[in-house]
Formats: sequence, structure tokens, C-alpha cells
Amino acid sequence: MKKIAVLIEIRDGKLKPSNLGVCSAAHESGGECIAFLLEGNAADAAATLQEYGIEKVVEIFTTHGAASWNPEVWAEAIIQAMVYYEIHALLGLASMQGKDLLARVAARLEAPLLMDCIAVNLVRHTAKKSQFSGKAIAEFKTCGDYHVYGIRPNALTAVPAPCRAAVESFKASTGSPGLSVKNLQPGLANDIDLTEANVIISGGRGMENGDNFNLLHACAQTISAAVGASRAAVDAGWVSHALQVGQTGKTVSPKVYIACGISGSVQHFAGMKTAGIIIAINKDPHAAIMSKCDYAVCANLFDIVPALTRKLRKPHKGSK
Amino acid sequence: MNIYVCVKHVPDTAATIRVGADYRIDEDITFIMNPYDENAVEEAVRLKKRMAGAEVIAVTLGKAAAEATLRSALAMGADRAILVRSDKHHDCITTAGALCAAIRQDGNPDLIFTGRESIDAEGFQTMYRMGVNLGIPVASNVIAFDMDGQRVSVISEMEAGEHACLEMTTPCIIGAGKGLNQPSYPKLPDILQARKKTITVIDEEQSGTHSSASRVETVILEIASEERQPEALEGSAEEIADAIVGILRNEAKVLMNS
Ligand SMILES: Cc1cc2nc3c(=O)[nH]c(=O)nc-3n(C[C@H](O)[C@H](O)[C@H](O)COP(=O)(O)OP(=O)(O)OC[C@H]3O[C@@H](n4cnc5c(N)ncnc54)[C@H](O)[C@@H]3O)c2cc1C
Repeated sequence: MKKIAVLIEIRDGKLKPSNLGVCSAAHESGGECIAFLLEGNAADAAATLQEYGIEKVVEIFTTHGAASWNPEVWAEAIIQAMVYYEIHALLGLASMQGKDLLARVAARLEAPLLMDCIAVNLVRHTAKKSQFSGKAIAEFKTCGDYHVYGIRPNALTAVPAPCRAAVESFKASTGSPGLSVKNLQPGLANDIDLTEANVIISGGRGMENGDNFNLLHACAQTISAAVGASRAAVDAGWVSHALQVGQTGKTVSPKVYIACGISGSVQHFAGMKTAGIIIAINKDPHAAIMSKCDYAVCANLFDIVPALTRKLRKPHKGSK
Repeated sequence: MNIYVCVKHVPDTAATIRVGADYRIDEDITFIMNPYDENAVEEAVRLKKRMAGAEVIAVTLGKAAAEATLRSALAMGADRAILVRSDKHHDCITTAGALCAAIRQDGNPDLIFTGRESIDAEGFQTMYRMGVNLGIPVASNVIAFDMDGQRVSVISEMEAGEHACLEMTTPCIIGAGKGLNQPSYPKLPDILQARKKTITVIDEEQSGTHSSASRVETVILEIASEERQPEALEGSAEEIADAIVGILRNEAKVLMNS
């Protein structure tokens, strides 16, 4: 039977929820699904992963120790594990970490790689992904001994498929890397990972200044949503580039995207057009976004956002 | 010191994309230098200004029309350019092979800059493949770059504002992210001067093609549907806010009731 490995991402000691959609895609192929884990807590993760079709969880160790994160070392370790477990198809998240690691693995194996896929078929070795900044969708076929796919976070739905997952460890013997990691600086505490968020509330030029973004943060906090921004807001210096959604920012696929004072340029849409539901709050009924969304609110954002925050504060706590 | 910059000629972000029967796009539209490559060229040129005897060479793989993007790189301050001419469609594997072959043929690279991704193919991998091909380290999504002798220090942007500080020795490859710098736009004299700079055209075959058993084939390419049927939410701010809460709770199911 064909074996497929899913490279699992752990963040702050927790399994990223978007891993589960990737596990489902692997399970759907009918092959044996093995999860690769790079940092501890395999037993904890296995309890969740086995509910989504994972039959084996392999915790990978390197000669260098888990504490010293180094993408070159990890790429080498992943390849050794792929060879040992006879794996020819590797899936992972097209997160920042995934984009780096999967590409290093594919390059060393000289394997075809499709990054940021929104659908994948592991029987035919095909995947769909955006082209031309989201203006087109392509289906590609990968040909070769190995196949590597990075999946856009939240693009694939997690479908429960209970199994029993055995946990094993694999010790790779890794050489000395050409790249050394001096340190990792964490982001700010209230930076919720944009690509992982279920709900994103974004602000554009209509926010008028950086302080007004506090309105969005206050609203986002009530439901653990993340705050995003258009390039106009980033270029004005109101928020950091890390929040930018769009062609030259992050590509996101939340369940709900609320755009406040954003006109809906093609470049902005390149980053959020695969969102489940788009709600636009804009005072101009002719703004492009008003005809490209699911719910159009033609109003002043400074009236709507505070009202929404008040409503959300009351009867609910947190998001699912 | 030889600083190579790989640039790509891509459709303008605002251009309307049309797909032909052969799954190739109609190229009768405006093309630009890939936006991330502008950051790559800018960083290479800034570095050159600090290093006596350094040369910046822009390299691209593409059709004859890609010369326009090389001219832009020259106007931004690159010294000369190489066009690896090919009318074929390339995947990331053959692209990396062709760029490496052209660079190898030209000289010994100390540094190679690329953009972190191209906005047309959205491949996110050419620089890593070049690294393996040339046997040198790679850092991508780089937002800060510094060089001291042979030692290169960079900051790579990770998730949720996290940064990784990385070190390599030359030769190495840097994939430029947006935050790396603010590209300076060439002035008229720069553009005129760029016309006099040399662009060496080599044929893809001449540069020694890279054959691989691995490849990516296009099955389908189609225009993405942007169709949504907008429903207007109307009423007072309170009513609209209630309606949005209803959507979050009932339709998107992202609220937990307490
Ligand atoms: C190569 C390239 C790459 C780019 N990459 C990106 C990218 O990654 N991300 C990105 O976002 N852009 C990107 N852009 C820029 C893009 O073209 C637009 O300029 C930008 O998205 C506009 O931002 P905006 O919608 O916030 O501003 P505007 O277009 O100015 O829109 C502001 C909107 O706010 C509304 N508004 C104002 N006040 C209020 C109020 N009180 N209440 C309600 N509505 C209000 C207005 O009606 C207007 O529709 C890129 C451009 C280029 C050329």
C-alpha cells in the first residue's frame, strides 16, 4: 500500500488546527498515513491526529537536538525519514515554515513541488493552485519519484476518520549545515497567526490612522480573531508589514474575512479571495469590494465596528 | 565580488489575464519586473556601492521580451545583464537549472539575490533548487541583510511576526522579502544610461540544459471565478451589527455560545 507522510506543524507546543485538513487529504487517497513531527509532544499530538486518519506518528530527532531549530538540518532529517519509511509523497502546510522546509526537502530530492495548493489528489498526483496572484487557477500534475505538496492553511476541510495511531521515534544522523540559526525572535504576544485564524478583521486606508486600529484589535479580541491590513495601511506606517494581506503580503483563507475601509484592489484580493465568507464594510457603494463580497455593508466603519464589538462582548466567549 | 540577481519578467499585477487553448496566457499585456525581484536588485546595488570592485549582474530566463525587465534592473544600477533566451515553458526545476548554468558559465558567484517568490507562477522554490544545484546555502523571505567579509547575516520573516536570525558564509543565496528595502525608482539619466549597458543573450541550449526525471505538467489553467452574490446588510448600526453576529454564529459557526 502506498504510504504518505504529513509534516505536522506545532506552534507554541500546540498542534496547529490547519494540520487536520492536510491529514484528511492524505487519508482520502486510501494510502497509509504517517505523521512526521519535528518537536516533542508526539503522544499529545497523536491523540488528535488519529481522529483524522493518521495511523502512525513518527517523532523525528536529529543529531543536533530538537532545541536548535535549523531548517537545513530538519530538511535532511525529513528526507532520511522518508527513505526509511519508504515514503514518496510528502504533504505539509504552506505556512512560512512549510514554505521553507518543504522547498528544501523538494530541492534536495529534486522532487516536483507544488506550493500553496487548494486541492490535491494523491492517486493521480495532481493539485490545484493559484496562478497570477489568484487571477487563475491551475491544475498541475507532478511527475517523478517523489512528490511534495504544500497546502494553503485552512483550504482543505478536516474530515474525522478515527484510527489508532502508534507512536515511534526516528533518529536521523544529520551533517553540519551551511546555514546557522543565531536566534529566533518571537512575534508580539497579541499577534495571532493570520494564516491560521478562523476570522480576520482587516483595516485599510479608511482606518485613517494607526490608533484607530485599536478598534479592530478590540473587536478581534472578543472572538480570538486576527487583525489584518491592506497595503495602504501598511505603507502609511499604521501597522507592521506582518499584517499585510495580499499579493505582497500574506495569503489567507479564513472562514470569515471582514474588510473595513478597504476598496478591494486586485492585489488585496490576491491574498484573501479564498476566504469562506467576505463581509465588506465600506461607505462607498461603488468600491470594487462591494460587488466581490458575500455581505456588503454600505456604512461608516466607525459606526459599525464599535457596535459589533459591543454585541460580541456580551453573549459569547471566544471562537471555536 | 560577483553579485548575481535573478529577475523575472511577469504580467503586471493589474493586467487582465486571458487563457488560450494551449493553457498559456495571452501575453499581449503589460509586463513588469517581479515585485520581490525589485527588492533583490535594490539590495544588490546598495551592497555594490559599499564594496570596491563589486559587479552586479542581472540574469533572467525568458523570451526576447524579458529584455525589458533586464533594462529595468540596469536602470536600477546593475552593471550588465544576461538573458537566457527560451521560448519554451519552464517549471521551477528547469528554470533553476538554466539560471545556474548561465551563472556558472559567466563567473564565480559570491552572492545571488532572488525574490522570495514570483507573482505569476507562485512557485516559492527556485532559490532553494539553485542552492542545491550550486551546493551553497539559501535563506529566503529575508527582510534584513548584512555582510561582513565572508560572513552574511540575515533576518528571515517567519509566522506571526516571528523572526529568525541566520548566518551563512559566501557564496550563498538570498531570497528577498518585501520588507528588505524600499526600491528606488530610476530617474531619466539612469534609464538612458541603462540603454548603453550590455545584455548578453545566450541560447538556452548553449547554456547547457539541465535534464531531470522530475517535472510539473499543466493539466488545466483557467480564470478564477470571483463570483459571489453580495447581499446588502442594511439598517441602523445596531441592526447591522446584529446581522453580522448572526452570520458569525449561524452561517460561519465561529462563535461559541457561553
Ligand atoms: C505590485 C503591487 C503589489 C501590491 N500588493 C498589495 C498587497 O499585498 N495588499 C494590498 O492590500 N494592496 C497591495 N497593493 C496595493 C493595491 O493596489 C491598493 O493600492 C491597496 O490595496 C489599497 O488599499 P485600501 O483598499 O486600504 O485603500 P483605498 O483603495 O484607498 O480604499 C480605501 C477604502 O476605504 C473606504 N473608506 C474610507 N473611509 C471609510 C469609513 N469611514 N468607513 C467605511 N469605509 C471607508 C473608501 O470608500 C475606500 O473604498 C499592491 C500594489 C502593487 C502595484
